Amino acid sequence: MAQSAVRPAQGKQQNFSFSKFINNENTVGYVFIGLFVIGFLVFTVYPLFSSLYYSLTKYDGLSAPEWIGLKNYTRMFTTDIRYQKSLLITFIYVFTSVPLRLIFALIVAMLFKNGGRVVAAYRTLFYLPSVIGGSVAVAVIWRQLWGYGGIINKMFNAIGLIEGDFSFIASESTALATVVVLAVWQFGSPMLTFLAGLKDIPVSYYEAAEVDGANGWQRFWKITLPCLSPVIFFNLINQMISGFMAFTQAYIVTRGGPNDATNLYVVYLFEKSFTSRQMGYGSAMAWVLIVIVGIMTAILFNTQHKWVFYESKGGK
Amino acid sequence: MALLNYTQQKKVGRVVFHIVVVFLCFLMTYPLLYMLFSSFKTAQDIFQHPNSLFPQEWCFDNYPNGWRGFGGVTFTTFFGNSLFVTILAVLGQVASSSLVAYGFARCNFKGRSIWLAIMIVSMMMPAQVLIIPQYIMFNSFGWINTFLPLIVPGYFGYPFFIFLIYQFMQGIPRDLDEAAFIDGCSKYGIYIRIILPLVKPALVTSLIFATYWKWDDFFGPMIYLSDVKKYTISIALKMFTDPTSVSDWGASYAMAMLSVLPVIILFFCFQKYLVEGISTTGMKG
Repeated sequence: MAQSAVRPAQGKQQNFSFSKFINNENTVGYVFIGLFVIGFLVFTVYPLFSSLYYSLTKYDGLSAPEWIGLKNYTRMFTTDIRYQKSLLITFIYVFTSVPLRLIFALIVAMLFKNGGRVVAAYRTLFYLPSVIGGSVAVAVIWRQLWGYGGIINKMFNAIGLIEGDFSFIASESTALATVVVLAVWQFGSPMLTFLAGLKDIPVSYYEAAEVDGANGWQRFWKITLPCLSPVIFFNLINQMISGFMAFTQAYIVTRGGPNDATNLYVVYLFEKSFTSRQMGYGSAMAWVLIVIVGIMTAILFNTQHKWVFYESKGGK
Repeated sequence: MALLNYTQQKKVGRVVFHIVVVFLCFLMTYPLLYMLFSSFKTAQDIFQHPNSLFPQEWCFDNYPNGWRGFGGVTFTTFFGNSLFVTILAVLGQVASSSLVAYGFARCNFKGRSIWLAIMIVSMMMPAQVLIIPQYIMFNSFGWINTFLPLIVPGYFGYPFFIFLIYQFMQGIPRDLDEAAFIDGCSKYGIYIRIILPLVKPALVTSLIFATYWKWDDFFGPMIYLSDVKKYTISIALKMFTDPTSVSDWGASYAMAMLSVLPVIILFFCFQKYLVEGISTTGMKG
């Protein structure tokens, strides 16, 4: 293919001309993906390995790193109680916010599956929080809504669950819940992927089930869920990873507090690395996080054959 | 219900559905409405009636008051910085991603499948875990307290957008390339003349996502920018609304509102592209 690209006018005698080289399939390919290759090596591979080195040192970012072997790692799991609490809280956060977000996304997607313009307008409004949810502005408002005398406080007063002024943000037992609700509120993008997935399920499946006398509930469990399982799987991986990386909202709404109740992994990593300037320790924390996310992803991939149905393989 | 026949029951059901959904829409957008209306309240109003949605009397002073900013720097600077960083970074991300996507979609070079796999895996690579070594690297370049760490990495392709544009290119019939090839067009010419005009929807989708993420980015500016004059809007707003120092809540709400306004406007103008983008790649937004 590539050889024939050289047109007679240019070909002449020099067959290894510049134009031949530059139009060679391999050259063209690397010209186009070259930026990515360079960027990947400089901004991902090199940092990845240099942070592995830093994680074995004591380093404040200014003076030369001092080799301390595995001490950072042993400190994390033996003496740093704040770290262990942060790890636990991050798992609680991920294991509550991700499933809740996906459940809400699925319910709303099924609600809005069909319909005309009005339903499209509803979808837009339900998606809106996801567009701005990551902003500082929303975190600031969240603080007001859930704080002392805020609207949530008043609602709990009204139904008699809480008496007087109460701040969900300043209370150790409820602070994490406010951050989880903020995450769940932004279910827009999994909602859209579910909508796309629902539209791909052939109507004939439902018709056949109806003929066989299946009720709505059965149709949901036997048709909708299995057909949607690849989309669920995909969302689960994405949401899980971004759950472990959550930072801005916990950092601004609750500042990791009170008493570390919302000290999510990346919030603590940031504090150690940039506020206390323990960059060696921070690097070790980052590496443990990579390993955790890697293991979780591997678990999901290895269990998918049990519950994810791909049509091309014959499905079920 | 026995009084109603089938069509009447259906009608009632539909009305109930709409009432419930409208109520849910109100709940979903309440924080935004709260921000919008609070930005028009007087200081006294905010203090005395924090939970009534509408202002007792409409007050428009919060916007000019808030715009004055803090530390002698106005919000003109903060918005200007955000605009500068966002425009440069976004253009770089989208332009470089479309190049890389074309390489993957249309060139049969050695090592293509390996690099494609690397690209897809790096899409899942969380940026925050690399922040320390990157900080150290940018520090050695002398880039701390400049906009460069926020802009330059985008010029080397952004895996999510590469993937999005790549997927879109896969849907363009190869007959078009071949016809152009027979007419003597090189691979470079095909990219510029044939493919680029056809992938415009994917480019727009990428452009909008990139704008959102850059505009809202908080982590990056917080780590790299220390001079108040260089603050982007997200970090300026964080300082401006700090609960320990803030006195004028009306002004805080006004600036918070302005900070999300560009994003909301973009969203309403281009939501069609967004929905398509998310649906085709199935990626997070």
